[in-house]
Amino acid sequence: MKKRANYILKQIVCIILSVIVITPLYMVFINSFKTKNEAARMNLSLPREWLFSNYIVVIEEGNLIQGFLNSFLYSFLSASVAVITCAMAAFVIKREKTKFNRMIYYFILCGFFFPVNFVTLMKIFNTIGIANTRYGLIIAFTSSMVPFCIFTISNFISSVPVEIDEAAVIDGAGALLLFFRIVLPLLKPVLITTFLLQFMGVWSDFMTPLYLSSSSKMWPMNLAVYNFFGKMSSNWQYVFADIILTCLPVALIYFFGQKYIISGLSSGAVKK
Amino acid sequence: MYKQKIYPKWFLIMPLVLYVMFFLTPGLLGVGYSLTDWNSRSLEINFVGFDNYIEIFTSNKDYSAGIVNTLKFTVISNIIKITTAFFLAVMLQKEIKGRNFYRSVLYIPAVLPFLIIGIIFKSILNFNNGLLNTALEALQLGFLKQQWLSDLNVVWKSIYMVDAWRGIGYVMTIFLAGLSSIPDSYYEAADIDGASFFQKLIHITLPMLTGAITINLIFGITYGLKVFDIIYVLTNGGPGHATEVITTYSYTLYANGKYGMATALNTILFVLTTIIGILVVKYMSRLEVQQ
Repeated sequence: MKKRANYILKQIVCIILSVIVITPLYMVFINSFKTKNEAARMNLSLPREWLFSNYIVVIEEGNLIQGFLNSFLYSFLSASVAVITCAMAAFVIKREKTKFNRMIYYFILCGFFFPVNFVTLMKIFNTIGIANTRYGLIIAFTSSMVPFCIFTISNFISSVPVEIDEAAVIDGAGALLLFFRIVLPLLKPVLITTFLLQFMGVWSDFMTPLYLSSSSKMWPMNLAVYNFFGKMSSNWQYVFADIILTCLPVALIYFFGQKYIISGLSSGAVKK
Repeated sequence: MYKQKIYPKWFLIMPLVLYVMFFLTPGLLGVGYSLTDWNSRSLEINFVGFDNYIEIFTSNKDYSAGIVNTLKFTVISNIIKITTAFFLAVMLQKEIKGRNFYRSVLYIPAVLPFLIIGIIFKSILNFNNGLLNTALEALQLGFLKQQWLSDLNVVWKSIYMVDAWRGIGYVMTIFLAGLSSIPDSYYEAADIDGASFFQKLIHITLPMLTGAITINLIFGITYGLKVFDIIYVLTNGGPGHATEVITTYSYTLYANGKYGMATALNTILFVLTTIIGILVVKYMSRLEVQQ
């Protein structure tokens, strides 16, 4: 009897929490189709008339196509470069456990904690001539991913048997061949996880482009939305439509890649 | 011998160069520039000693309150998220219908950009039409209505609320992963010995969750110290300067061209996070040795 009551209580708590999470998102979705006056009331009722045209206005006025392409470029390139190069480094660090490699490992892990000093980073970019360019942004994103990628990937590498390396050496494979043909495919799960997490991380990053991109041509979606919100704060229907479009890509990634994302978060927690 | 051939050192170069040049060097350079009057108005940069730091701790602009706020936010927001998420995880650990659905739903906020969440909650916390006040009225709880983002006594609570809305699912997911690695037999043995729920919690669950707790603390603390987006969007440091943190002050100073001052604030953050970081990394490397 007590068990039954307990179970029902649990279900109620879960339902309430789910409602708390979903309601704001539902509110945004439903209001993105309303007229200006209706949306200003920000309630949960269905729109009297579904205005899909809000989305067209937003795409045209909000500089969204440019923003989308920028966001995609930044997220895709920096996550790919970081994941591949960090996998190479993590492989060597974990396989050859010299004092030097251990030191490098912990040296990089310290980066988990540091904030990036964007003011001086800008100075460095100025010196090497990539300030206010897309290259600068991509380099900034990639560098800030290094600690996380090294940490996650090297945790996984311990589970790939060393015998594989030895067999490859006996067959005469060199370092590049061994790594790209044999080790990399075995790392696929962790590489996908890390890539997805970093991709979403860049997509959500607001501070980096805020500091490092002065021209609106370089803005990722995030910054375009923020700017649009500043201009349109009385037109909530547009702001909401803009929000939906910005979240759509990450929502899709989450929907299809959920397995990888959750397992990636879990790996660190289970290990110890 | 063969190790040099198949584990070449040059595999380390790319991440190491990126990390050192564009991550670590700006931080260290910042320490140097924080001792100068570097600003956008003059090309010359002069050494001024500790003037910037003296201004931070003594000026009437309340920069030091920003530092205190940062620490306060780190402690309180983590206590809220970690304790709530822990009990939720314990609850969702056992078989319960719809468990996977609840887990997926509760994780959704963690994948949305903070900026977006900030904008959404700016609408929800709006005094006149916002969803929260409307809902309170509909529930006959109108007396609970608040100026969520402009009342000095409430604004921090609103920030914690939004932060928890985004963060709890994430923290919970990490706890759930830790919980799933505890063998059922431990609990069964405890049941046979007649252990109560709380005895099991303290003597089995908590000790077995050390890893998950460590991870949550690391992510939570670093996130808290570096918090920017949510505060920038929700309150922009206001009302007045009540919710400024180190990063928002630093950004304002940067935007006003006071680079030296901005860097000094960043350096304080750098030192704070470095001390905590070194302690944690030391602790982790000790754990690894024990394994």
